[in-house]
Amino acid sequence: MTNRGVVILGSGLGGYSLAREFRKLDGQTPVTVITADGGDVYSKPMLSNAFAQGKDARTLVNKGASQIGAELSMRVLARHRVEAIDRTAKTLRLMGPDGASLSLDYGRLVLAVGADPRPYEVEQDGDVKIYGVNDLDDYAAWRDGLPEHGRLLLIGAGLIGSEFANDLADAGYQVTLVDPAPWPLGRLLPESLGRDLAAALVGAGMTLYLGHSVRRLSVGKALLDDGTAVGFDRVLSAIGLVPRLSLARQAGLAVDKGVVVDRLMRTSDNDIFAIGDCAQTAAGPLPFVLPLMAEARSLAATLAGKESPLVLPALPVVVKTPALPIAVCPPPLGRSGRWSVDGDGRDRRALFLDEADHPIGFALSGSRIAERQSLAKMMPDLLS
Amino acid sequence: MKKYVCVVCNFVYDPVVGMPEDGIPAGTAFEAIPETWSCPDCGVSKADFEPIEG
Repeated sequence: MTNRGVVILGSGLGGYSLAREFRKLDGQTPVTVITADGGDVYSKPMLSNAFAQGKDARTLVNKGASQIGAELSMRVLARHRVEAIDRTAKTLRLMGPDGASLSLDYGRLVLAVGADPRPYEVEQDGDVKIYGVNDLDDYAAWRDGLPEHGRLLLIGAGLIGSEFANDLADAGYQVTLVDPAPWPLGRLLPESLGRDLAAALVGAGMTLYLGHSVRRLSVGKALLDDGTAVGFDRVLSAIGLVPRLSLARQAGLAVDKGVVVDRLMRTSDNDIFAIGDCAQTAAGPLPFVLPLMAEARSLAATLAGKESPLVLPALPVVVKTPALPIAVCPPPLGRSGRWSVDGDGRDRRALFLDEADHPIGFALSGSRIAERQSLAKMMPDLLS
Repeated sequence: MKKYVCVVCNFVYDPVVGMPEDGIPAGTAFEAIPETWSCPDCGVSKADFEPIEG
């Protein structure tokens, strides 16, 4: 007889954090992690500041798949792809690294498959490889053969784009950053802090084209919408993430922007759950580490037999831009209000106030980022 | 007493400062923090911290 355990699809922070939290509560139930990647344990947030850490794709690895497997008494099937979920038989069809087909039964299944970088659509002459980085394999491909002190074109000055740009500029690359928004972290910062950050990035040696977009890419050259030509050796796009939904769709699970889950992280199938970048809770998609850890803890308890609805406190996020350190805490989804800024120069505090002048979000720069944790305690919960 | 760093996000716990807002007074060694404590920046558990040597 098959012992039907917990099967986790994905070996990112979501999959492995869930496994670790579950093992704290349940040492018996078999756990299997299935991953298309190599199954190495690494810090996802450090992909965008690896140079500052003196790391590359290899040294970012904290431990290998077999080590984490042994530590948590679980099986890790690396370089395996899930071809299909049979929800009736509760069986997965897998393809192994050698191309052989195999099947695996599950008791409870967890989708922690993450997201892909959003593809950058632009007119092209010739075939320009546009890199995107959202996991260790992507990062290895991006770093491989990166020409020393080369000219790098970065598309997207959001959180990840700004972090990458700062890291690469500090490492001696010639970085050009392009974004149609008028300042970096456009949706997270008020204008004053946004302009401070832009000035700081320029001060760190970058060239910024804000309020602009690329009209046409050809090999080694980008033509911007105002006619400016920008030469480059490599292009990296960081314009957002698209949750990986194909498996859930094909299995007939409810899907919106992400795999739709309830407060128990349960999909429309009672035995299938989802967490992390592929999941969509009532608070909307939240591609950050802090909510991911809350999701992993609550789901681990639920899977171990104690139903634990997800609670999400306010979410302060530190933006790793050494040129001007930033911390933000976006207001809950759909809330409107206005910014109120105090402080000056590189050290500012901006509160996002609702109609009744209550703070429901914030942005901090420079030395003021030290206030993030005390301020976060005053903010409304994302899910209470 | 050693400082400890979060291996996921690089948050540094400094025992000299503690985290008074979280009920951890200044002067609390990392080892003395409750096991249920988690990284204030990224939420990973205490087990994901490593001592900073030197």
